[in-house]
Amino acid sequence: MSDVLHRVRMTVNARAATIAVEARRTLAEALREDLGLTGTHLGCEHGVCGACTVLMDGAPVRACLVLAVQAEGAAIRTVEGLAAPDGTLHPLQQAFADHHALQCGYCTPGFLMLAMAMLEENPAMEEAEMVERLSSNLCRCTGYAGILAAVRSVMRR
Amino acid sequence: MSVIGRSVPRLEDPPLLRGEGAFAADISFPRQLHMRVVRAEMAHARLLAVDVSAALALPGVVAVWTGEDVATIPPIPFRATKLKGLEPYCQPILARGRVRYVGEPVAVVFAENAALAEDAADLVVADLEELPALLDAAAPPRDFDATHATEPAILRKSYGDVEAGFAAAHAVLDLDLSIGRHSGVPLETRGAIARYDAASDTLELHGTAKKQHWNRDEIARLLGRSPTSVHLFEGHVGGGFGVRGELYPEDLLVCLAALRLRRPVKWIEDRREHLVATNHSRQQRHRLRAAVDAEGRLIAIDNVFFHDQGAYVRTHGARVADMSAGLLLGPYAVPAYRATGHFRLTNKTPAATYRAPGRYEGTFVRERLMDAIAARLGLDRVEVRRRNFVPVSAMPFTRPLDALGTDVVLDSGDYALLLDKALARFGWEARQADIARRRAAGESVGLGLGFFVEKSGLGPSDGVRMSVDPTGVVELVTGAASVGQGVETALAQIAADALGVDYRCVRVVRGQTNRIEFGSGAHASRVTVMSGSATHLAGLALRDLALGTAATLLQAPKESLTIVDGMVCRADGPALPIGEVARALAAGTKLSRERAVPGLTTEGWFHSDHMTYPYGVHLAQVALDRMTGAVAVEHYLVAYDVGRAVNPKLVEGQIIGGFAQGLGGALFEEFRYDERGQPLSTTLADYLMPTIAEMPPLDVLVTEDAPSPLNPLGVKGAGEGGTNAVGAAIASAIDDALGNKGLVTRLPVTPREVLRLLGEIEA
Repeated sequence: MSDVLHRVRMTVNARAATIAVEARRTLAEALREDLGLTGTHLGCEHGVCGACTVLMDGAPVRACLVLAVQAEGAAIRTVEGLAAPDGTLHPLQQAFADHHALQCGYCTPGFLMLAMAMLEENPAMEEAEMVERLSSNLCRCTGYAGILAAVRSVMRR
Repeated sequence: MSVIGRSVPRLEDPPLLRGEGAFAADISFPRQLHMRVVRAEMAHARLLAVDVSAALALPGVVAVWTGEDVATIPPIPFRATKLKGLEPYCQPILARGRVRYVGEPVAVVFAENAALAEDAADLVVADLEELPALLDAAAPPRDFDATHATEPAILRKSYGDVEAGFAAAHAVLDLDLSIGRHSGVPLETRGAIARYDAASDTLELHGTAKKQHWNRDEIARLLGRSPTSVHLFEGHVGGGFGVRGELYPEDLLVCLAALRLRRPVKWIEDRREHLVATNHSRQQRHRLRAAVDAEGRLIAIDNVFFHDQGAYVRTHGARVADMSAGLLLGPYAVPAYRATGHFRLTNKTPAATYRAPGRYEGTFVRERLMDAIAARLGLDRVEVRRRNFVPVSAMPFTRPLDALGTDVVLDSGDYALLLDKALARFGWEARQADIARRRAAGESVGLGLGFFVEKSGLGPSDGVRMSVDPTGVVELVTGAASVGQGVETALAQIAADALGVDYRCVRVVRGQTNRIEFGSGAHASRVTVMSGSATHLAGLALRDLALGTAATLLQAPKESLTIVDGMVCRADGPALPIGEVARALAAGTKLSRERAVPGLTTEGWFHSDHMTYPYGVHLAQVALDRMTGAVAVEHYLVAYDVGRAVNPKLVEGQIIGGFAQGLGGALFEEFRYDERGQPLSTTLADYLMPTIAEMPPLDVLVTEDAPSPLNPLGVKGAGEGGTNAVGAAIASAIDDALGNKGLVTRLPVTPREVLRLLGEIEA
């Protein structure tokens, strides 16, 4: 409990953002409540489900476990930054649709950001490593088959 | 080519992929307050006092309520399986006098923001005097309160002469089987946002799901308003699985607060709350006796079970116990049957339905029995099932039983055919030979199976309103709801097929009580059957109206016209967009006056007295790690006959996702408690849901051999067959790996349990 607000400057989806937050504010809350980016979902708020996964300086992080003040100076990317400005889906997003990788869609933003990091880190990733990486997030609807198929489809053969 | 039966892309996906979803937590209103629930921290205690003074003193706190403040609000009612005598066990929206489970709402705090509300909730002090916790439903009942015991009801269902069956038996099997406590645990927790709109004197509730119309009526009744002055809205829904969309205390509390405080009130459940506050399910113990003849044919079954309802009876009444009694027999013909269900309360989170309720449990029990019969009589496990199937010649097959308030009439099915197809697809015989070789080499490996009959399409009625606007867009308003399973796409396909338009031109409006007067919601695998059939009928009627109107406009006989891709076509060429036909029927036009109602619009209703019964079989191959007790599922097949698949890819998605949940219940998931009733599974690191790493190689075989004769599309529900028999098949396979001794009697089969069983064999 504190009324002291901290100024945080970061870039979010390549745009500069400045917010004033309590020290206890998580990055997920800051994105959702202060910046209106509600595509980042909270599933557990204790770092297990991965629904809130965003990219922080290129690396996937649980936005529920990062304090907003820790994001000072960081480049944050969220699901809202994936599609083109005209709404055209990113190939990864399109692959999720093509492979029925989502049902309710609640875990989807987290999986998309997790997969984006995989794709950028190693676009020729072996399947075993894909499974290992994707096991860091939970989905309760799909049984993961479509998610794996979607990610596999955008990896370089 | 019909769009029914094609795996067309989902209409739901684009906004969800862009992060534009409107889930409960994404909904906010100006001036809103945030509600935080203070929950009981003891499983059973006298509630002596609640001190809210410190919380109220915190700046930014607007109100704090305890049970006294809501004493005029009746407890949460039930809508299903209303057995006599359940009323005293309904849950008050805030505890009074006693708390009965850890997580029970004791007080609520309303504050200017969510963090403040949580701070204030920490300052509320409940004075509790601990009482002994009752945690075993099979233990003798105790006092619920001064006048009621913890066994509100005993369910009894029977037919035939059970005692004579046992007297004539060649062999009698006696099993003691238990299913653990688990639940749906959707990735989105619950949420509820209420708002009073003074301009229209309407109470709105957002973040709703599943049963909007019933919930609207009950909220109105409990708060003393007319149902037409209460509206429920459904946005995106992050998974349902049975638990979401029931009427919970929090739903009423936000509504009451919006009315009393005259500000919008938002409540978002956190995960710890979810795991102790949202419905649990499954936990049941069966003491099963069965009489068989020398050929392994069932003569009689005596099914005595103990249903662990938890601390209160919620909206489902005794539904899960009812289904556990009425649907246990699955695909088998049994001359005599008796079920005695002890419906009992314990000091745990209240329970209700979770995907394949009563059937996941019943299939585990029944299929354990079939394996036991095979072992006792030295018969092949597959053959024992085959001998007991209800034959295709006996369809439709009436069982002298009821479930969900309707007689059990198996509408169609060729169980032996599906079993044959599944065994061939799985390579059962080749795998058996391979398993024998590996066993000889010292491995603990096994095969298992579970056959099951699902139920779907619960009636009695569903209606839709279907209209075409002047741009040619079709609006389909349904009283059904979505929990993320693809309802919009499936209904759009059915509408498009009947009317003759592109399915992408169909806007499906669901879960909005201000748009349609009646609705039965989305549960019990009912939407495709009930709302789908209503949509089909509405689409045909609308097509007829469009053709009749176009006949005048195009000056051609109605019979000579067709509708293709949204164009009404004359055989010799001229065509009219369907939107033009709608325009010709707009209010005030000449043509519209010839009708009772203007507009290219119609309603379609479908009624059904009986459920449809899809069926399937699960086959599993497992290997046990003797060092760690881990169970590796090496291969798995779900074969499921759905009558007719509207969208095969969505059906497959339902099966694979349902399988993952069944797997969780078979091997990993369980709500555990300590001896004082403290819940031990209060994070997702303790309640273990499968990740992708736990998913085995999974094959899905969807067949359409037995369309339902009960609806015009021939469809049966696809939502629960992936879950139904996972516990049964995995248990069967593990037991096979342990030598088919009937050692696996309890779900989930955790590594610790496997090690215990391995030790038992060696000892």
